[in-house]
Amino acid sequence: MGNMKLTLKIWRQAGPDAKGAMVDYPVTDISEDMSFLEMLDVLNDKLVREGKEPIAFDHDCREGICGSCSLFIDGRPHGPSRHITTCQLHMRKFKDGDVIHVEPWRAGSFPVIKDLVVDRGAFDRIQAAGGFVSVNTMGNLVDANAQPIAKQDSDKAFDAAACIGCGACVAACPNSSAMLFVAAKVSQYALLPQGRPEAKSRALNMVEQMDKEGFGNCSNIGACEMECPKDISLENIARLNREYLGAEWTKE
Amino acid sequence: MARQGLFGSSLAKKYWMALTGLFLITFLVVHAGINAMIFFNDGGVTFNTWAHFMGTNLIIRTMELVLFAGLILHVVDGLMLWKQNRAARPQDYVFAKHNANSKWYSRSMGILGTLILLFLIVHLWHFWVKTRHIAGSMELYGVDAAGQENLFALMSDVFANPLVVVVYVLGCFSLFWHLMHGFKSAFQSLGLNHPRYNGAIAALGTAFSIVVPVLFASMPVSMYLGWIK
Repeated sequence: MGNMKLTLKIWRQAGPDAKGAMVDYPVTDISEDMSFLEMLDVLNDKLVREGKEPIAFDHDCREGICGSCSLFIDGRPHGPSRHITTCQLHMRKFKDGDVIHVEPWRAGSFPVIKDLVVDRGAFDRIQAAGGFVSVNTMGNLVDANAQPIAKQDSDKAFDAAACIGCGACVAACPNSSAMLFVAAKVSQYALLPQGRPEAKSRALNMVEQMDKEGFGNCSNIGACEMECPKDISLENIARLNREYLGAEWTKE
Repeated sequence: MARQGLFGSSLAKKYWMALTGLFLITFLVVHAGINAMIFFNDGGVTFNTWAHFMGTNLIIRTMELVLFAGLILHVVDGLMLWKQNRAARPQDYVFAKHNANSKWYSRSMGILGTLILLFLIVHLWHFWVKTRHIAGSMELYGVDAAGQENLFALMSDVFANPLVVVVYVLGCFSLFWHLMHGFKSAFQSLGLNHPRYNGAIAALGTAFSIVVPVLFASMPVSMYLGWIK
């Protein structure tokens, strides 16, 4: 065990309609080698032993690829480092005696379920509105290399596809805009020939669903790109702007 | 309004914001260019010639209406965006470090735009309302050396007041910060983002944001200090 002492100020909210508040939790014996989630595990273990309600927070793979862990830590999504998830944030980033605020993602489209857990179902509904390619799965498989694709295009598509849908872009954005997420999901298909047949309807439907969910409007502030754990570029938002404009002008 | 199509969707609002913004930028070029004629320091003769052309040419006067329409669209669109963006986060963060990931002026376009609008009302009162809409208000200033209506003399008169000079300089500061984000942002909103040209757009945006407000601010300052007569 380590010897860091910290004061955590954590958002507690009993349920979706309950009124929440920041509650102070002193923690001791924290090792700098723990991840932020392991530090919360230590706190929850203590709370359970004391017969208190543990703090609810999302986590799953704990290796930075699933997008489950969220948390607005010390005023930033996923804490003080850029381009990492919360499970990749280690306590060595903090100093003994630090006071650390921990809040859920704040957006009307991401309602709090409990404490630090928010409902990111809005992202699933946007994805279902067009984030796919229709492929005939009956019959012969087509050779993967039958259709030539430029290396730079496949690289850019792959970079966009790295989005794990964690919601840090929405959390970071002063407008609670989901544009970086939607732009990544549109781009990963728009850049590949397999995605072109449905490109127009994809851009139109995904943006329509994004607006229906009540996310804010992108004003090119760029906080999303700075906080994205997968380093998704603003170039994708420009691509979505082009895709949508073209689709709107030429739809029938 | 339905949040769909080329008028209602979130992206449509951004396209309109960008298009009207770029249109207002072209106006700034013309306005700054013509006003800079005062730096010929010829008692305002060259400036008055251009001012007379701008005030009487039919195409220019028609464009003045388009300009007002563009300005109003820019303001109304901005207000709608601001309202929706505020509504998108009903519960704000208790503790947030916005400066860690973005520039303050990119987050403050609404307030900067409001300051510019307030300045514009004062500015239109000083020049546009007096010269175009109050009959006989220019007679006080007589004619220049070439016998033309003397808008230059009105300018000298307005900028004799130090308070007015301060207000104009502050207006130019607001414009500077607004352009620092707005110029680049307009290109991004229209999808004009390409690794080969991004550097040039950013450099042009920064240069424009500095040159135009500095040029504008130098006019009241140099008139007040008597550098231009």
